Amino acid sequence: MVKARDLLRPRPEGLCCPEGGFFIDPVRPVERALITHGHADHARAGHGSVLATRETLDIMALRYGPDFAGSVQEARLGETLTINGVRLTFHPAGHVLGSAQIALEAGGGRIVTSGDYKRTADPTCAPFAPIPCDVFITEATFGLPVFTHPDPAHEIGQLLTSLQQFPERTHIVGAYALGKAQRVIALLREAGYDQPIFIHGALAKLCDYYQNAGVGLGPLQPATVEGLREAPPPGAIVVAPPAAIDDRWSRRFSNPLSCFASGWMRIRQRVRQRGVELPLILSDHADWAELTQTIRDTGAEEVWVTHGREEALVRWCEINAIAARPLHLAGYEDEAE
Amino acid sequence: MERFAELLDRLVLTPSRNGKIRLLADYFATVPDPDRGYGLAGLTGGLDFPAVKPAMLRALLEERVDAVLFAYSYDYVGDLAETVSLIWPGKEGQAVPPDLSQVVEQLSMASRSDAPAVMARLLDRLSPSGRFAAIKLATGGLRVGVSARLTKQALAEFGKVEVQEIEELWHGLNPPYIGLFAWLEGRGPRPESAAKAPFRPVMLSHAITETDFASITPADYAAEWKWDGIRVQAVAEGGICRLYSRTGDDISGAFPDLSERLDFDAALDGELLVGDPREKTGTFSDLQQRLNRKTVSRAMLERFPAFLRCYDLLFLEGRDMRTLPYTQRREALQSFIAELPPDRFDLSPVVPFTSWEELDGKRRNPPHPVIEGVMLKRKDSPYLPGRPKGPWFKWKRDPFTVDAVLMYAQRGHGKRSSFYSDYTFGVWEGPADAPVLVPVGKAYFGFTDAELREIDKYVRDNTIERFGPVRAVRADLHHGLVIEVAFEGLSRSTRHKSGIAMRFPRISRLRWDKPPHEADRIETLQALLEERELLL
Repeated sequence: MVKARDLLRPRPEGLCCPEGGFFIDPVRPVERALITHGHADHARAGHGSVLATRETLDIMALRYGPDFAGSVQEARLGETLTINGVRLTFHPAGHVLGSAQIALEAGGGRIVTSGDYKRTADPTCAPFAPIPCDVFITEATFGLPVFTHPDPAHEIGQLLTSLQQFPERTHIVGAYALGKAQRVIALLREAGYDQPIFIHGALAKLCDYYQNAGVGLGPLQPATVEGLREAPPPGAIVVAPPAAIDDRWSRRFSNPLSCFASGWMRIRQRVRQRGVELPLILSDHADWAELTQTIRDTGAEEVWVTHGREEALVRWCEINAIAARPLHLAGYEDEAE
Repeated sequence: MERFAELLDRLVLTPSRNGKIRLLADYFATVPDPDRGYGLAGLTGGLDFPAVKPAMLRALLEERVDAVLFAYSYDYVGDLAETVSLIWPGKEGQAVPPDLSQVVEQLSMASRSDAPAVMARLLDRLSPSGRFAAIKLATGGLRVGVSARLTKQALAEFGKVEVQEIEELWHGLNPPYIGLFAWLEGRGPRPESAAKAPFRPVMLSHAITETDFASITPADYAAEWKWDGIRVQAVAEGGICRLYSRTGDDISGAFPDLSERLDFDAALDGELLVGDPREKTGTFSDLQQRLNRKTVSRAMLERFPAFLRCYDLLFLEGRDMRTLPYTQRREALQSFIAELPPDRFDLSPVVPFTSWEELDGKRRNPPHPVIEGVMLKRKDSPYLPGRPKGPWFKWKRDPFTVDAVLMYAQRGHGKRSSFYSDYTFGVWEGPADAPVLVPVGKAYFGFTDAELREIDKYVRDNTIERFGPVRAVRADLHHGLVIEVAFEGLSRSTRHKSGIAMRFPRISRLRWDKPPHEADRIETLQALLEERELLL
């Protein structure tokens, strides 16, 4: 009889389930992949078959084209499937649209891999649900006690205040193209901002997809149109991938004020390195308090810590008499936020 | 407190001066009394809490946080105050966070022994950003790139008054400045300056332009050398002695050798210099030895004694002299100075001239390296605060220039963050057939926006190595960008590889036409330095 903790083990390709013959979020092409969410370091093209939520499959098709995998299968949240005798269920992770945790069961035990997750409410995706389990595999992107994400409404308030203080400056918000960008826009709408928001070309498809999936983003306009010199009016909000905010692309705007929406903005040195004028501490990952609370909520006896600052979370588990070990999986981007 | 913390966070990241002024003015306009007054005091260095020490914070934290987790965190963040502010197990949300005025009140009443408990209670109730601000405030040194002068400028903008008015009042006022804000908002009278020996706003000059010469006649003006020290006001009244900077900051403590010798009843305007006026006037780099020091050692006082070269007399034994014409003030000044100790005070000499050509010749060849040009003062003009156009002109010596080669470029900030806008340049050194470039300075202004775009493109197209925000630019004998750099002076420096430090360097011209091997050599700068030193 296989125990829950033996269902998964780290391999160079990613987390492997030998019993079921599949990998979770493999970083190299494999025969059979289960994908937690659409971010590029978790969802890669070229697998034989992919099992993921409808939204994750759609996002992969948007990014890689319709032939991103040999075959695809949709996993419905909360519905239990069986692969080679291994029972598995996808549960919402609250990270981005379509993001999921994956629970595997065997011998009456359960092991849950969190994928990337957060606990803070997010208007663009279903909320995280803690799944009781024996082994919990948690991400640790912000796995240091210094990471405390403030209330998102407060951060959006900072942006709107700055817009009042500097109405002649175009506020360019750097935000990761999948998830963060749409969340920033949705939060602005929640805060009552009803002006058109201008978006970088790289966000267009994903924003359309979110809108079609029922996530209201309000009026959006392209920030730049091929062949047209006309830029958004002064005082507009432009949302763009982080790399664009301080590059030549941003020069066409009126006296741009660079903002960056990321959990890394909690650290002043990071803010200075990025040359950001207005940091918005807005993360799609759990902060320290959420990480530790989630470990408690799952009731897991054993915790495996992966991608991020593993050692601090392992230390916390030790102090709290929970068995823990770092997984040291390679290939996940610590910085991708 | 949270508003003040947010202000500090914004100020430190806002590079433009106008942006900072706007943030400050907005703070004064939207935060109520008395908090905004304490904020003003914090920014102008008017708060001091000697009972709180950084070591105390560490001890407090050790009682609350696992040492290993703290070590990981500190290692990652790299700054103690910030680590403490983030990792502190706060109870924010459960209690109303304290106002800035409560923080100030509690910290100032704390004794050495109860300071840790007071500080801990405050930190418990604040947000991470609020905690960071409280720690910075308590341990001294906000370091947000805002001078007291800039803060007063913002205050002036907020109240729609001249900054000189605020500077004039400043020393009679105390936190939380309720009366000052009432006046600035038009709700109260202008505060009476109750302070003894107050600062009087300084009279400043305009740079003279070609067109000005057509409308003025030499006979109406007197000329004096423009000395390159620091402009100060020395005031002694009713036994109170103060030395003020030109913006009204009290700098008596940094120059006790001068401020303790103000044994008179008057207000003098002059240039603070080092040396002995009877024998030798020190260079600007000598003077720099005395600047920005918390304490002045006896050796410093002996090597670089401060003295005042007097320009004007503003107040004398109960009489305001400022309404008198320049010539009369000058006469009174001359006889007044004759009675003062000659090792600490002398009179700024007049430069006789009858035509602009004659004065121009003297301006170009000043008798001393600490002279940076001439001042023209209209003989019948009163002493007016601020920068009135017409009575006073400065006619500066032309800057020095050197042709240098661009070596490194660094990304700018704010508006310029997409541009490589800070340039390190060098001149040639070593054998004539195989010279190498040695960096001699850094410049980040002097060019137009169009030129900035051109240089930025050049840097991107000619990058040979990248170090974070810095790019090394190809620069050899036949390939490189020559820039003409203008500067105000040179001094010897042990900190720079070239042994030379430039004063106020800026880019005066881009020499796209000039091949790099025709740029200047280090010997040119060394010769200039030696020539200037010979004048001493």
